[in-house]
Amino acid sequence: MINVALPKGRLGEKVYAMFEKAGFPCPALLENSRKLIFDNEEAGVRYFWVKPSDVAIYVERGAADVGVAGKDILMEYRPEVYELLDLNVGKCRMAVAAPEQFRDNPDRTLRVATKFSRIARDFYTSRGRDIDIIHLNGSIEIAPILGLSDVIVDIVETGTTLRENHLEVIETIMPISARLIANKSGFKFKTAQIERLAEGIRKEVEQQ
Amino acid sequence: MQIEERVMDSQERIGFLLRSLYAGYGYSRYRMGKFEEYDLYSRNKDFLFSEGVITFTDTNGRLMALKPDVTLSIVKNTRDLPGTLRKMYYHENVYRVASAEDGFREMTQVGVECMGEIDSSCIAEILMLAAESLRLCSEEYVLEISHLGMLGAFVDAIASDEKMREELLQCAVEKNLHGISRICADYGKAESAAEPLRQLLSLYGSPKNVMPKIRRLAEENGAAEYAEELAQAAASFAGKETEDKIRIDFSASGDVKYYNGIAFKGFISGIPDSVLSGGQYDRLMRRMGRRDRAVGFAVFLNMLERLAEGGRTDD
Repeated sequence: MINVALPKGRLGEKVYAMFEKAGFPCPALLENSRKLIFDNEEAGVRYFWVKPSDVAIYVERGAADVGVAGKDILMEYRPEVYELLDLNVGKCRMAVAAPEQFRDNPDRTLRVATKFSRIARDFYTSRGRDIDIIHLNGSIEIAPILGLSDVIVDIVETGTTLRENHLEVIETIMPISARLIANKSGFKFKTAQIERLAEGIRKEVEQQ
Repeated sequence: MQIEERVMDSQERIGFLLRSLYAGYGYSRYRMGKFEEYDLYSRNKDFLFSEGVITFTDTNGRLMALKPDVTLSIVKNTRDLPGTLRKMYYHENVYRVASAEDGFREMTQVGVECMGEIDSSCIAEILMLAAESLRLCSEEYVLEISHLGMLGAFVDAIASDEKMREELLQCAVEKNLHGISRICADYGKAESAAEPLRQLLSLYGSPKNVMPKIRRLAEENGAAEYAEELAQAAASFAGKETEDKIRIDFSASGDVKYYNGIAFKGFISGIPDSVLSGGQYDRLMRRMGRRDRAVGFAVFLNMLERLAEGGRTDD
């Protein structure tokens, strides 16, 4: 039995559809119920929904053999897992955004508001730019409007929220998409099953 | 009076079993103090398993560290004796950062180090002891073996600078083949240039199944010598009870600044990360001014907490 941690929400449902087409269905998963864990013994798979940012923890700690996590989470927390596939869904980008007309003054420490402290620090360190990280847990866009920060580092999908708040992307740090990850130890003992699952999903990705 | 087994927890019992195993193969115990000068670790901090060392100023003004590692201390405190072979084991507590949230933790480690005139038979003995150590913990284990020289040769064939090299090696550790394509695109390299590396990383499994393919790939890419060393290491298990537990896997890597040649990791079913890690570390020896070679491994006893009480106790 392979334990699969799926991210709750729209992305998780999209990803589950790929697992289903790849030969690992579990229809009960989409039914409205209070159940947390869903088995399909015949297909040899057990699914559970978890908060998207927690998927990597479940996989790294071995509670799940495989899972689907965003590249943003993998870059921020660097879990010790295998990254088997780029699923090419949940596509967006990690970017630096600032108020329209913003001009960076290199004589001053740049104040950066973000949920992704490590990604922001690594990015600006590679540029040799001195920054002050302001770690926020949500509503990042409001920080430069209220003068809390000069810029933000955040995920940008369509850019609508930024535009509505008179912010614009000034640099893209990296593209983001959902990845199939696996626990290192689980992979050793369930190699054939995990390979079969990864191969089925790889075909689905290619057909997209 | 005999010590009753029931008074020991599983970590203690396995620790003593491993010590008996290593002593039985002629390894002598190495004991170290709790403290070492901080300078030793600061000069080799990438070698440590985690960042961060607990330090304090001694009464004589020297900056000391509560030991985060044993191997560095053994290399520093043993002499370079050309033409000899020293076989040591240890059973020590070390102090490391488990995670940024958890802070420092005391961890117990048992391991062996072989220093001096290292040849293929020494490496075979160390690998055999690694497999046997895992077997003493659980019947369900896997020992995966890699060759850092070979992995390095495939990476160097495409890496245009140190940063690209590091990124490619990280992809190897993650089995991240799509990441290799992205790196090639970022650095303006044709994706086809990375095909041999992608093929190498795709070849994992039992030596019987993958070694012929690895040999062919190595011959085509000027790395036949490394493939031969890897084949020799794997062949030392041929026909033995432990043979079906051995895998070749190039994701079993170590920091190439310190490690070279054969590298390996051990996994036990039900424990989420490797419980054993080791390999040849001639590069560390050179960095510390030693001319001799070295190979060894450590078993992380704390990782075994989740094992059912006892592990194996038979011989």
